[in-house]
Amino acid sequence: MGPNLFANYGEAVSAILFCIGFTNLLLQTNLIKKIIGLNIMDSAIYLFLAEKGYIAGRAAPIVVDGVTSAERYINPIPSGLVLTGIVVSVSVTALMLSLTIRLYTRYHTLDLDEISTQLKREGK
Amino acid sequence: MDFICNFPFFSILLSLFSGTVCSVLPAKAAKIVNRVVILAVGLMSAALLLYLLSTGESFIYWMGHFPAPWGNEIRAGVLEAGMALFFCIIMYLSMAGGAHKLPGEVVESKHNLYYILVNLLLSSLLALVYTNDMFTAYVFVEINTISACGLIMIRQVGRTIEAAVRYMIMSLLGSGLLLFGLCIMYDLTGHLLMSNIKESVELIVANGEYQIPLIVSVALMCTGLCIKSALFPFHAWLPDAYGYSTVSSAAILSSLVSKGYIFLLIKIIYRVIGFSVFNSTRMIDVLFVFGLMGMIFGSLSAIKENDIRRMIAFSSVAQIGYIYMGFGMGTQAGMVASIFHILSHAATKSLLFIAAIGLTDVSGGSRRFADLTGSAYRNKWAGVAFTAGSLSMVGVPLFSGFISKLLFAQAAVQVEGKMLASLIVLGISTVLNAVYFMKTVIRIYTATTETPYEGITFRHMKAYAVTLVFFILLNVILGVSSQPVVNMIGQGLAMFA
Amino acid sequence: MSRKKTAEEYEKTFAFRFFRWLSGEKDPYIGNVEMQPQKKYEPDHEAALRREKEHDAIMDKVYDTGHNRWLHLFHRLYQASSILFCLFLIALLLVTISYLPPNGTVTRPVNNEVSARYIEKGLEETGAVNIVAGMILDYRAFDTLGESHVLFVATITVLILLRLNQSEKDEAEVNDRRFEPKNDAILQLVATFLVPVIIIFGIYIILNGHLGPGGGFSGGAVIGAGLVLYLNAFGFKKTERFFTEKTYKWICFFSLSFYCLAKSYSFYTGANQLHSAIPKGTPGAILSSGLILPLNIAVGLVVACTIYAFYAMFRKGGF
Repeated sequence: MGPNLFANYGEAVSAILFCIGFTNLLLQTNLIKKIIGLNIMDSAIYLFLAEKGYIAGRAAPIVVDGVTSAERYINPIPSGLVLTGIVVSVSVTALMLSLTIRLYTRYHTLDLDEISTQLKREGK
Repeated sequence: MDFICNFPFFSILLSLFSGTVCSVLPAKAAKIVNRVVILAVGLMSAALLLYLLSTGESFIYWMGHFPAPWGNEIRAGVLEAGMALFFCIIMYLSMAGGAHKLPGEVVESKHNLYYILVNLLLSSLLALVYTNDMFTAYVFVEINTISACGLIMIRQVGRTIEAAVRYMIMSLLGSGLLLFGLCIMYDLTGHLLMSNIKESVELIVANGEYQIPLIVSVALMCTGLCIKSALFPFHAWLPDAYGYSTVSSAAILSSLVSKGYIFLLIKIIYRVIGFSVFNSTRMIDVLFVFGLMGMIFGSLSAIKENDIRRMIAFSSVAQIGYIYMGFGMGTQAGMVASIFHILSHAATKSLLFIAAIGLTDVSGGSRRFADLTGSAYRNKWAGVAFTAGSLSMVGVPLFSGFISKLLFAQAAVQVEGKMLASLIVLGISTVLNAVYFMKTVIRIYTATTETPYEGITFRHMKAYAVTLVFFILLNVILGVSSQPVVNMIGQGLAMFA
Repeated sequence: MSRKKTAEEYEKTFAFRFFRWLSGEKDPYIGNVEMQPQKKYEPDHEAALRREKEHDAIMDKVYDTGHNRWLHLFHRLYQASSILFCLFLIALLLVTISYLPPNGTVTRPVNNEVSARYIEKGLEETGAVNIVAGMILDYRAFDTLGESHVLFVATITVLILLRLNQSEKDEAEVNDRRFEPKNDAILQLVATFLVPVIIIFGIYIILNGHLGPGGGFSGGAVIGAGLVLYLNAFGFKKTERFFTEKTYKWICFFSLSFYCLAKSYSFYTGANQLHSAIPKGTPGAILSSGLILPLNIAVGLVVACTIYAFYAMFRKGGF
């Protein structure tokens, strides 16, 4: 174990959330729960990025009173990456939800394994 | 800077913009725009390739007004330009070869959406090939994933939608891991541009700090891309996705989409982590083992399959295994062999998908082997093309598959610890390939009289037959004049450093 | 000099026979190989029916998931191994994180010359008071261009999945009437007050994107939410007066084209070291910071329409 686990408690929380989301997305059979897992996973990564940008005692990167000194503001790059990431996550969630709607109207179940079984049974 | 250096930027933006334009065009116009864009990008890539071969140096292109650590960049070398050219050729031929199936399988009002997806897929592939920035790569990986998912489920039967869900789940896991690895890498180095990350990584390795996070970050990124490119244990979505989607989609997905991710992995290995650093992590052994397992188990599943398109799809799993085995050798020769196999597999697999659709069409649309008996007599062009593709897959001289197997064997001989394993598995896998492909070829050339299906002549499938001829030519060219291609790959890899 | 071949000689050549075989005129087996006499194909309906029945029976037995003991056992094992897998992953990442540079300190590798220049020179070089907006729309604009196309391609896939044909539309209309609220007086009254406020707030966020917290995506999402509220209160009949699938198509087309072309111009001038003709303006003014404001407006329009389109597609499969 390294020295910085407690200093990096925000990252530690994000790692735990990431793993919970990852496992849900991988191993749940219910599609809606899978999508929730996906969103937990993505949010955990944004939390991780936000922690990367943070510097103790500094302000958000919006120039106040024309002061442009690097000592005053936090790192703006992770915030920008989070913005981009959120859009990606919204798009993917919309796509997954519409796939779910489509499967539900056709097979009347949200269980992916059951849908597979039905498909194999149809044998087409 | 020469004007020709703008070409990578033009090709990415042109294909991106054409996607937007297609959204307001009717289906026919969208089709024309799609073909023209693929051709134009192909021509530009060819010109760029010639230019780069003559100058012998790669170049960096600023995406904006700011230089390296601040702005965003793309980068072009011989390997990138060659890949872009090759992707365009395969994409054009796949679109042309599957065009006649589109009206039957996709609702008329959704045709222009199909062309939007193809254009955006092309632009994301180009961006993955050319980009020099890790986060840009992540964003375009997502475009690639979503448009590939669209290509799978545009033919709306239950199987494709289920396959699309499975594909999305696996891909999202992959992107999640990739992004997390990327964030850790950013935390360690403070950069997002590949060249800057590499400098910092060299410093980190020299100082001996942050060893564990570095290895974990590399492992996360590698695993993410392996999941996305359907390396062996992560291939559950693949047979349904390739087997039931419309034929152009299947050809494009198997030969381009997974290859885009693999090419990104190559870029990460060479341009982000550094080849020697990557080899010193034990990641290559993992890739090697999974590659070998993929080669065997993919072929075994293909032998069991009773559906011709699913059989071809399972064979993709085996071929991806070959590519990762080449990575796992950890030598320059293994890498060259892998890259050559990317080309050869892309050319062959799309040919097989396109030829298979000709055979199933003259068997009443059924893909079962029982119905396919004698189908090569009913559609002779498809029969010949399928045979050519099969021979190439098995590794018969004159075809591209032979050269890639030869290169793999040569590379394996140079590696000490892994020689025996790779040669034995290469041999077993070749025999297994021969079993299922030759079984199919014999089946389609078995004359039968007990069949209710009509044949088709050249007059009714001119465009399709011409496409097949081009595909076979591409295979034979790769197989006969492989030395220039191999030299080019070597030159491109040298430019990566 | 090539000799002209007679027709008989020509018919003996390989090329002639090959092309005849290709075109399907003659089968080379017929007449050359001893063959069984051609039997006419006769489908056997009874056998086919019997096969189908047997197949169904087998399938019923094979896929009887309710009474399969092994399957239940497998599910238990699956759950246990999932939890173990999750714990293993957590342990791995926690160990990694314990070795990362400590959080919140200035000496971390991420606080290097890159972020310093964004902060110190950002105002001067991009004209944006909001440094993050300047960074994502100017320094690293290629990412953001890709990002807006991710949203675009996602809408396309949702359209493919959920857009209905003309024939299915009527049924969807009936379903929608049955399941969704119609003419709810309270909702309508609240919406009359709230919707204008929400939309104006969204517009403010978009226009203020380069001056303070905000920007195209967040503002667009707010406007989209306002539109969804309006739709819920007043129904599709009212919204169709000003917002149909065509409006959506053209707004998206114009915004994304503008985005693409404007950024292409800026990339092209940047890479070729040409002078860009776009004025930066005085930082802090509403009309400043070059392309950032128009790009925010374009992104805002796309996002607002997309959010509304997602909702309409999920609810009814059309506008």
